[in-house]
Amino acid sequence: MLFFSFFKTLTNQTVTIELKNDIRIRGILKSVDQYLNIKLDDIEVLDLDKYPHLSSVKNMFIRGSVVRYVMLPRSEVDVGLLEDATRREAANQAGKAR
Amino acid sequence: MADNEDAGAPSEPLDLVRLSLDEIVFVKLRGDRELKGRLHAYDSHCNLVLGDVEETIYVVEEDDNEEETTRTIKKQEEMLFVRGDSVVLISPQA
Repeated sequence: MLFFSFFKTLTNQTVTIELKNDIRIRGILKSVDQYLNIKLDDIEVLDLDKYPHLSSVKNMFIRGSVVRYVMLPRSEVDVGLLEDATRREAANQAGKAR
Repeated sequence: MADNEDAGAPSEPLDLVRLSLDEIVFVKLRGDRELKGRLHAYDSHCNLVLGDVEETIYVVEEDDNEEETTRTIKKQEEMLFVRGDSVVLISPQA
């Protein structure tokens, strides 16, 4: 749930997603769900010469499981808040496991 | 389950990762990739957020004499989400 909430705070930001097949796509993060599936608008494929088949695609749904990385704008990430939320989530998980 | 909350000693594997929050960690990934960066978030799937990351990719190339050489590619990222299913190991860096 932690990363679902985290990505919801980043909607309408420009992010770059690297897929497990090395394709890198930059676009505006429009929505995210519990599986970390992602909808991107106004996309732009980096290394377009290598992957020309996506040149006419303007927006897309990306299945969460094919994502390797999401590069984020540092200015939009509050690391203190994120670490606190992580500790809270870790405590919750520990509570469930007992 | 371990009910002994003694002196913060690691009692389950992810506790080691929790103690590395806001510290530099080394992460080994599938596909001959390694990351080094500051750990800002993780969950039970080993999804991660790292700051000031250096990514190292190892590429094995075969030359004309069929000899294999390993080339490394280094990349920098300021803030990176890593999906947990690519993660092989997470190690605290002193």
